[in-house]
Amino acid sequence: MSDADNHVIPAPVAATIPAMIATADAADGGGGNRPRSRFREALPRLDFKLALGLFLTVSIVVFALVGRFFTQDPRFYQNPTFEPPTVAHLLGTNNLGADVLAQLAEGANGSLLVGLTAGVIAVVLSLFFGIVAGYLGGYVDEVLSLVTNIMLVIPGLPLVIVIASYMETRSMAVIALILGITSWAGAAIVLRLQAKSLRNRDYVAAARVAGERTHRIILVEILPNLLPLLAAMFLSAVVLAILSEAGLSYLGLGPSGAITWGTMLNQASQHNAFQVGAWWWFVPPGLLIALLGCGLSLINFSIDETINPKLRSAPDAVRSVRRAEKEAKKAQRLSASMGNTTRNDMHKETP
Amino acid sequence: MKYYLRRVVFYLITLWGAVSLNFLLPRMMPGDARSIFIDKMMRRGGEITPAMTKSIDVIFGAEDASLWEQYLRYWGNLFKGDLGVSVTKFPAPVTELIGAALPWTLTLVGLATALSFILGVAIGAFAGWKRGTAADALIPAMTLLQSLPYFWLALIFISVFSVGLGIFPIIGGYSLRDFPGGPEASWEFIGSAFYHGLLPAITIVIASVGGWVLGMRNMMVSTLSEDYVVTAEAKGLRRSRIFFWYAVRNAALPSIAGFGISLGFVVAGAIVMEQVFTYPGVGKLMINAVQDKDFALMQGVFLVITVTVLAANFIMDMIYGLIDPRARSNV
Repeated sequence: MSDADNHVIPAPVAATIPAMIATADAADGGGGNRPRSRFREALPRLDFKLALGLFLTVSIVVFALVGRFFTQDPRFYQNPTFEPPTVAHLLGTNNLGADVLAQLAEGANGSLLVGLTAGVIAVVLSLFFGIVAGYLGGYVDEVLSLVTNIMLVIPGLPLVIVIASYMETRSMAVIALILGITSWAGAAIVLRLQAKSLRNRDYVAAARVAGERTHRIILVEILPNLLPLLAAMFLSAVVLAILSEAGLSYLGLGPSGAITWGTMLNQASQHNAFQVGAWWWFVPPGLLIALLGCGLSLINFSIDETINPKLRSAPDAVRSVRRAEKEAKKAQRLSASMGNTTRNDMHKETP
Repeated sequence: MKYYLRRVVFYLITLWGAVSLNFLLPRMMPGDARSIFIDKMMRRGGEITPAMTKSIDVIFGAEDASLWEQYLRYWGNLFKGDLGVSVTKFPAPVTELIGAALPWTLTLVGLATALSFILGVAIGAFAGWKRGTAADALIPAMTLLQSLPYFWLALIFISVFSVGLGIFPIIGGYSLRDFPGGPEASWEFIGSAFYHGLLPAITIVIASVGGWVLGMRNMMVSTLSEDYVVTAEAKGLRRSRIFFWYAVRNAALPSIAGFGISLGFVVAGAIVMEQVFTYPGVGKLMINAVQDKDFALMQGVFLVITVTVLAANFIMDMIYGLIDPRARSNV
């Protein structure tokens, strides 16, 4: 199947392809005498993009964790209904009189929980299908790759819709499970290629010759080299799950009885918030989804830059060339304008 | 040749897997989906006609048949083009309903995706070429676009442009007032359909362009630091020649390879978006079926969406084999 997989790579992961080779190289040729500096090397460098991403993500997570202590009970329905933002209700109230800010905090909890759970499930499955297939090769590889490729081309959300619609009630855990088991294939393909390249490295061969068990080689020798890649995959799985949950909930197929950003949007649209312009109700949930997704993707981008150093060194090189050109020009101009005076000075000095 | 053969075999297996999944899903669900479904129909006050029984058998399987018999019968029906009968729009066959909805989605999603792809690759190529300049500011902007929920964007657009400013129609795929008899083959109708499709198309383009830009930009940056690009620069080739024939040509390959797969994501987003615009496509059809528990229709739409995405992937694979010799030789 090797030919098949090389080019069936989803766009979100496509960017990491050259990275894969880079990781392997870095892991191999990076010296590696001092584990601490290697560890630090593996961490993304703090720049504007990463700072923005961390800021957005951390703020939303903090909001989800502590928001409930500063807001009303999200299911307290005794406030005036459909009220625009006031001091008492910073984001107004909805059609039932619940405080929108309180619901937003509760929804952040729900959405993050679904996203994280689905992300963990997706990464674990992609680890199994990717690394086991790539490392073992042969028959196992053929079968696991086939399953992966089938899962990859079957569109995820329609499948989730079909599964969800057969269930009368859906808990948050079930939704997360469904989203997790339908979204691991893209990551598995990248991991498989990675594992295939890593298994032929000398240190893995050495471990094999030393009689290490297969699962130990996978867990101890191969997995640590894939950590940055796994982190990136986990984050994109979380984003995808949160977006899918929102879509599902909007269609009325989300977790029953729970408050997530998706169910808030579902409520808002069912009660015509969009037609009457109740922006305080429908803008914040969607915006938070977008901002969280943006934050996580920016972190991902920085991880990509760590995995694939070219992504960082190339723009840096261009920048430094430009700076050097500018400085050279400045120096030239300076010397041109200074030229006469210095010569005069020198004339004065010579006698 | 071996490449093409392998791809054909792979897609045949995948097709078989998808159809079998479609067959198994209703039968794997916890609880007795069949009796729940019949109860629901009875409660709604309808009686179960023979045609409906046949439709129920198609999805859930006849009560007396073994799973294997059901499976064979399922394939038999499929080859006859029989996907059962819709319960809500009784007695319309599922295939007929899907046939009426499919052109809408194919045109809208197809054109919007093609546009988004071209736009995204162009912007990405430019951003990669201008790496290390102000063009890098595109990255945070694009990650934000990429993370927008399609349906939310659609709702906002309707709220602003259709309800607020009144520039665009609120619902539908064409003007029901001007064309009460349904779709017809006239320029006026095409105009009306175009006008109604504009806002949905813009939504798809805006929500999906970010992924293309980011992927292409990163590939472009990596490609531009390859030795052969440096060599080309050292030879003193024209900048435009390096840009198009050395960088873009190679950097675009993963984007093209990923086109089919991303189509799956776009289709998913478009399904939810069609609901927002009440667009007469398969997404809306599927959601209606889900809400009315019209399982035959829902399974049928799922099958058609899956097969369509598979077909798109297959075509892209064939094209990819043509343009990238490595894919062919690496069998």
